[in-house]
Amino acid sequence: MSAPSTYEAVIGLEVHAQLLTRTKMFCGCSTAFGAAPNTQTCPVCQGMPGTLPVINRRAVEFGIKTALAIGCAPNALNRFARKHYYYPDMPKNYQISQYEEPLAVHGRLDIEVGGAARTVGIERLHLEEDVGKLIHEGALESAQSSNVDFNRAGVPLMEIVSKPDLRSSEEAAAYLKALRAIVIYLGVCDGNMEEGSLRCDANISLRKRGATEFGTKVEIKNMNSFRNVQHALEYEITRQTRALDAGERIVQETRLWDPDKSVTVSMRSKEFAHDYRYFPEPDLTPLGVEATWVDEIRATLPELPAARRRRFIEAYGLSPYEADLLTQSRALADYFEEASEGFPKPKVVANWVLNELLREVPGDDEKALAACRIRPAHLVGLLTLIEDGTISGKIAKDVFEKMYRSGETAQAIVSREGLTQVLDEDILRRAVDQVLREHAKVVEDYKNGKKAARGFLVGQVMKSTQGKGNPAAVNRLLDEKLPKV
Amino acid sequence: MLASLTVHELGARFRRGEATPSQAAQAYLERIDALDPQVRAYLTVTREEALKQAAAADLRFKSATPLGPLDGVPIGLKDVLCTRGIRTTCGSKILETFVPPYDATVVARLREAGAVVLGKLNMDEFAMGSSTENSAYFSTRNPWDLARVPGGSSGGSAAAVSADLAAATLGTDTGGSIRQPAAFCGNVGLKPTYGRVSRYGLIAFASSLDQIGPFGKDVEDAALMLRAIAGHDPLDSTSVDVPVPDYAAELGKGIAGLTLGVPAEYFIEGMDPEVKAATRAAIAALEKLGARTQPVSLPHTEYGLAAYYLIAPAECSSNLARYDGVKYGLRAPKARNIVDMYSKTRAQGFGREVKRRVMLGTYALSAGYYDAYYGKAQRVRTLVRRDFQQAFERVDLIVAPTTPNVAFKMGEKEDPLQMYLNDVFTIPVNLAGLPGLSVPAGFTRTGLPIGLQLIGRPFEEATLLRAAHAYERATEWHKRKPALP
Repeated sequence: MSAPSTYEAVIGLEVHAQLLTRTKMFCGCSTAFGAAPNTQTCPVCQGMPGTLPVINRRAVEFGIKTALAIGCAPNALNRFARKHYYYPDMPKNYQISQYEEPLAVHGRLDIEVGGAARTVGIERLHLEEDVGKLIHEGALESAQSSNVDFNRAGVPLMEIVSKPDLRSSEEAAAYLKALRAIVIYLGVCDGNMEEGSLRCDANISLRKRGATEFGTKVEIKNMNSFRNVQHALEYEITRQTRALDAGERIVQETRLWDPDKSVTVSMRSKEFAHDYRYFPEPDLTPLGVEATWVDEIRATLPELPAARRRRFIEAYGLSPYEADLLTQSRALADYFEEASEGFPKPKVVANWVLNELLREVPGDDEKALAACRIRPAHLVGLLTLIEDGTISGKIAKDVFEKMYRSGETAQAIVSREGLTQVLDEDILRRAVDQVLREHAKVVEDYKNGKKAARGFLVGQVMKSTQGKGNPAAVNRLLDEKLPKV
Repeated sequence: MLASLTVHELGARFRRGEATPSQAAQAYLERIDALDPQVRAYLTVTREEALKQAAAADLRFKSATPLGPLDGVPIGLKDVLCTRGIRTTCGSKILETFVPPYDATVVARLREAGAVVLGKLNMDEFAMGSSTENSAYFSTRNPWDLARVPGGSSGGSAAAVSADLAAATLGTDTGGSIRQPAAFCGNVGLKPTYGRVSRYGLIAFASSLDQIGPFGKDVEDAALMLRAIAGHDPLDSTSVDVPVPDYAAELGKGIAGLTLGVPAEYFIEGMDPEVKAATRAAIAALEKLGARTQPVSLPHTEYGLAAYYLIAPAECSSNLARYDGVKYGLRAPKARNIVDMYSKTRAQGFGREVKRRVMLGTYALSAGYYDAYYGKAQRVRTLVRRDFQQAFERVDLIVAPTTPNVAFKMGEKEDPLQMYLNDVFTIPVNLAGLPGLSVPAGFTRTGLPIGLQLIGRPFEEATLLRAAHAYERATEWHKRKPALP
């Protein structure tokens, strides 16, 4: 953290989330990512003459769901509006968005930064359509031709605008993380920032500490990761601080974050700012959101990350850190709870999920978790084998890896590969005797007070039993025999 | 002469086996060959398509399984309606090469009803105009006097019906574009209630005002056409789910007991005295048929035109933004960069009136002007709508002249404002979203048609048609044909 400055940063975030609907915002085309260019298009999303939009009810439902999760009140009557600017990736040269009457307004999101809790106000949540993508042949400056792929054009977007309540880059990152966790939890967005399913723009200004007036704000775009958001804002705070200290005036403008050079670069100033000429979309009737519909959606709301995190700490005795990680997505938290039900030692389950499962699967990737071949019941099976002494914890880790790859149960792998622990006293006694014979020098060291030598002897016994010796039994036998050597 | 018959007469002949759809199509195509070089109603004649469709209809009549009253009937479509595989220009250079991959909903419905499409009809560019002189291709002539305009913007559709170049046609009406040319050409033109007919595939001029409707040689034909195209369409969110009555079946009910309102504001100074006299005579005829009349007031009529020339251009500036040379239609060659391509394409592709309205509308929606222009115009629109609502509490229909004047000479109205004044009696109906109909109500001494306008409550097209039918049966105006060489 930089030294306390005479200025205070005032930050607001605009977050765009691509909604996980099967079809686009205003037509029936698929939203699936990665198809060949222009194969997921139709006359409507290509903006052909005479075509008309039809609202995707599911997208509205996702919007309302998110609104409720962040305490926004859905507007009983909301309206779409046209936002005009010319760009070749936008088929109609206007975007159907919402302006004066958005889907929902006035919410809040609680965040925690450095152990301190903060509440961030939410200004509004509205729906709109995404634009296509330009594909330049070569570099933008020298390209001889540019092509447009309209597959993304018309994909539903939800924009969530915070109040200017954030005061540092850390708070901005925490807010973005919390919001991302919520949309992933709700299953309305996959939260992938690299692929652009979740995008973030920031408005930032500085003012003298204690001042109530806002300074001149600068908009920053192109920050496609948490790190970038934090770095870009830190850079901008430094840049604006220097400018103000030098007596310069901040220019109201849009700046792009350049992650390679770690600087923000001016894109356009206010004088060239677009006049979007918003007006109500005449092709769509105002969208009525009846209270009964909102109630129905409210009834489907899952327990949200913050509440679940609290419950994990209280009910399962987990540390805040563990609870944080386990609630990063709904799928992971569900996974943990299902396994804990089958194996009622939540601390142990948490260890396995956090240390082993997350080594293989990203904890915020709902799809990957759903596809993971080790189901919670499988994990319960494995933990039970450890618990009843059939296998050692060390062997269990190998079994876990095999389970992950093959999708088999722990029981099946253990019995096929003969990994069952050796509990037979005679076999273990013979192994211990042999080790004590072969390592007389070490035994002597141990007796002379070198305590570490004991661990070596345990290791040797385990080695001679190919790791299958029951550690408790081996220890007990060593305790028995060592004094007699 | 098959081409002189109405739709219902033609259908009767098909059913009785006295004529075949192929013979009818052939007769119309021959007449188009002979007369259209003078009338110039068609932008595109789809000869082969038409003969193919007619042959298919022949078979249906042969096997006594016709699809309905429009089966085998040769019709024409205003070139603002998208036709799959058939060039659709909207009367503009910018869409000279545009071939839609889809049918407008109304076109699909007419095809399903068995109608035979003869071709696409001329119009003012993007439906902006009142004379069809704004077509980028050529001007259509009034069949009653080839030196005069047919009205507009659906001039081709109106002229084709009056010159027997189609049995019936479709046009669109944003501020009078069906009713005014119907009055000028002496046939029946109906603008349905906003939302009665799907706009999907209608190339938008002003989305909140545009509506598709039929031209017929008589009222029954208009009724048959409306029945075929009306009804809710899931592809158009502004289309309304109200049952579609069998309009033709209700025609004979007469008008005894109906109350007709006569608005003082529609008899203005400067209007053609012959139009005034014909309207008064028509009202007297309606009274004789059993209707009561009473004066009504529509006090905001005089502001309608001004409000319209803000709302319609505002929507047009947005709707026409998509014509940029990127995706379809004209792309100006030798552009230096994307912005240059946009401006060259639009400069070369759009005509003067379109450019005028795009600029007007862009201005009206600009930041700082929105409230004073677009916002205020919307408030006027509400007042105009309220005028009608109040009147319709006391009367069932409103009767008025369709236009203040009859067809004017080509090139006569150079001043755009003079041209706009032509629509002063039709525009309020669009602003209020009501159904309106123009029915022949006499001729001037020089032999030019005069139209009577009937305006109804929302979705009461049946009442309009009934009243018009009663009037038509009591008069001979609709039986007159223009003397074409």
